[in-house]
Amino acid sequence: MIEVEHLTKEFVVRRGRLRRERHVVEAVRDISFHVERGELLGYLGPNGAGKSTTIKMLTGILVPSGGRVTVAGLDPSKRRVELAKRIGAMFGQRVQLWWDLPLIDSFELLRHIYRVPADRYRTSLQRFRTVLDLDPFLHTPVRQLSLGQRIRGELTAAMLHEPELLFLDEPTIGLDVVAKQRVRDFLVEINRERGVTVLLTTHDLGDIERLCERLLVIDRGSLIWDGRIGELKERYGRDRLLIVDLERPVPPLEVAGAVVERVDGPRQWLRFRGPAADLTARVAAATRLVDLQIAEPDIEEIVRRIYAGER
Amino acid sequence: MVEPVLLWRRLVGAQVRSQLQYRTSFLLDLFGSFLISFIDFLAVLVIFHNVPQLGVWSVREVALLYALSSISFALTDLLIGHLDQFPQKIRDGNFDILLVRPRGSLFQVVASDFQLRRLGKAMQGVLVLVYALAALHLHWTVGRVAMLVVMIPAGVVIFASVWVIGACLAFWTTDGGEFTNAFTYGGNFMAQYPIDVYASWLRRFLCYLVPLGFVCYFPALYLLGKHDPLGLPRFLQFASPVVAVIAAAVAGTIWRGAVRHYRSAGG
Amino acid sequence: MRLDWEIAKRGWRRYAAYPWATAAGVFTNTIFGFLQAYILLAVFRHRSHVGSYDAADTVTYVWLAQALIMTVYVFGWQELALRIRDGAIATDLSRPLDPQRYWLAFDLGRAPYHLLFRGVLPFAVGALVFRVHYPSPLEALAFAGSVALAVVVSLGFRFLYNAAAFWLLDIRGVMTVAITLNLFLSGMVMPLTFFPGWLRSIAHALPFASILQTPVDVWLGKHHGADLAGVLALQALWAVVLLGLGRLALRGGARRLVVQGG
Repeated sequence: MIEVEHLTKEFVVRRGRLRRERHVVEAVRDISFHVERGELLGYLGPNGAGKSTTIKMLTGILVPSGGRVTVAGLDPSKRRVELAKRIGAMFGQRVQLWWDLPLIDSFELLRHIYRVPADRYRTSLQRFRTVLDLDPFLHTPVRQLSLGQRIRGELTAAMLHEPELLFLDEPTIGLDVVAKQRVRDFLVEINRERGVTVLLTTHDLGDIERLCERLLVIDRGSLIWDGRIGELKERYGRDRLLIVDLERPVPPLEVAGAVVERVDGPRQWLRFRGPAADLTARVAAATRLVDLQIAEPDIEEIVRRIYAGER
Repeated sequence: MVEPVLLWRRLVGAQVRSQLQYRTSFLLDLFGSFLISFIDFLAVLVIFHNVPQLGVWSVREVALLYALSSISFALTDLLIGHLDQFPQKIRDGNFDILLVRPRGSLFQVVASDFQLRRLGKAMQGVLVLVYALAALHLHWTVGRVAMLVVMIPAGVVIFASVWVIGACLAFWTTDGGEFTNAFTYGGNFMAQYPIDVYASWLRRFLCYLVPLGFVCYFPALYLLGKHDPLGLPRFLQFASPVVAVIAAAVAGTIWRGAVRHYRSAGG
Repeated sequence: MRLDWEIAKRGWRRYAAYPWATAAGVFTNTIFGFLQAYILLAVFRHRSHVGSYDAADTVTYVWLAQALIMTVYVFGWQELALRIRDGAIATDLSRPLDPQRYWLAFDLGRAPYHLLFRGVLPFAVGALVFRVHYPSPLEALAFAGSVALAVVVSLGFRFLYNAAAFWLLDIRGVMTVAITLNLFLSGMVMPLTFFPGWLRSIAHALPFASILQTPVDVWLGKHHGADLAGVLALQALWAVVLLGLGRLALRGGARRLVVQGG
């Protein structure tokens, strides 16, 4: 569905007001990956890492400086209009609906923009009205919708023409827990039931953990991880934490095979690798233990470690 | 060919409906755009208060030039004047949204942010046209009627091409909007007067290279049956449609090139 | 005084932050200057004087008008109106700093920026291509004072029509009429000298002439001695009157705000 080979995007930035110096910034540097039809994958990275730039090259908004992109068999920047019929896109922070018009009018206009036949449009809209529960605000002007309602409208707008591939840029940003869950359920539904390929950029690791099997991580323009979430946990998650509650506050423990990561009063966090039993015995020998627990690193912790450069 | 026009009507119609919801505000804007553009005609009248002729041109003839340029310009402004807000669309990244839709990007920019209130400007031009035609007692031939019918759309296309090329500047800097004004609003101001008053270097630049002289000066010479004080070849009086087609082709090419230069905002 | 200076610096910096916008504006003013200069010069093919103006005076007028167009700000300004509409004015009024004084200081910081960066270059281009009138040192000094007064009159007028926002939901209608009057009666579109006598008398009886026509006439040396002092005094009078009316409007508006609870 998506083939990316050695993709690069450079921006020329000029600094200074009068004598403007020319700097070349590589927003995306030599990225390669493939996405199969029907995958739902997450694209993760800190702000300014090159996530949006990549998506914009995949959708034909930006012309790459180097490398090759093929989406649904097309070169996006050369065949933008043709590609646009087959993909859907939603940018969580931009409004693609008509601000002053009732929601339903936006759908009507999009139907004509995408040339969706009337009967297909009706069935398609009917389905989204049910799945996303649009009926209560279908005739409300977009500017009066809550963020959650608007995002549901935006998702419908992105899907009305039944694209094979959906790009989502921060779809859950700013949403409350309930609204987030609704969006996630929807994405699972279109992916599992309809076989739509979904590429999702997000800051929200909850999105990733609940939705994606595969994860791409980009940092400073380079792809630093491409693989299943399970593998990621295995690779970066081998370190576990032993959290011990001692009788009284003591200086950081010195035990073989573990490093103290944090101390808070009588509680200490020891990072270790390998079997926990040996370490627990060593700690118990060194001091009086009141309680202990072992924590697996969560995805947030793992991503933090990846960004921090622990490869 | 027909389908995009229908889509344009649909998109614009939706915006007009929402603008007409606020009736008082709409009428105020309509009146405002009428009033402000009418000042320019007051300036013409003030000039002719001091002289009976401007070169070889009488007040009625200049009124005709004024009206024809104003109408072409006002219709252009109505159709695509919102290109003035295009730098804003680039700055906040909303141009992205248009690019993921299966339609031409220029078409979509032009079909969004339509403002019906700009009609006020055209109304003012029509008013002056009625005055000029009533006062001039032109001898109407088939050729002249045809010229009047053709020159307005040709003028619109020429103004529109200039506007589009100016708007392309926003792909490089979003602060340069006023630069475009020199050719759009400035172009209208220029075309409202007979171009023989300008120095030849300015004429070469703004009337031929930027072909604003073809908006109304040359066609108006034919309408008036007037001898060209500049002594230029007579075929130029019929050249406006051709010039319009060329200008549109150039503008379209520049736009397409510029879109490939688009950098998009916000990482 | 120190505070006013700080506010004025912000007024300068606000506009200094967009050098490309300034460059584009200079270009546009220059094009308009050329067009208007040639149009009005065509008038002098038929006669040598219009009123007290000869061709050089008229061309000088055109370029000064383009040079001052941003400095004396004849176009729409609605920053105060927007603050009134979105309610931010309530915060402004609760501060120990008077809003009118704030905007005056801000504008007196903005105006020199526009004079220097939007004004000097178009005028210099015009002066290179055309024969223009240069003032004597005394006239130049009087011109500087007259421009400063013109900025205050302009702000006084803008402040006044913005204050209408206390009573009207939408000041666009008021603003359009205000801009139209200002453009036409200040002489920005056409020098008042060219106007028919009756219209000229009306224009001179209104504050708008003080915004453009007066500074330009001072540059052109059309006023001497007591006459010069007189027109400058008239500008000062208009400044005081308009600022005074603006102050009354602000007070009335503030009272209305209190009554309606913002």
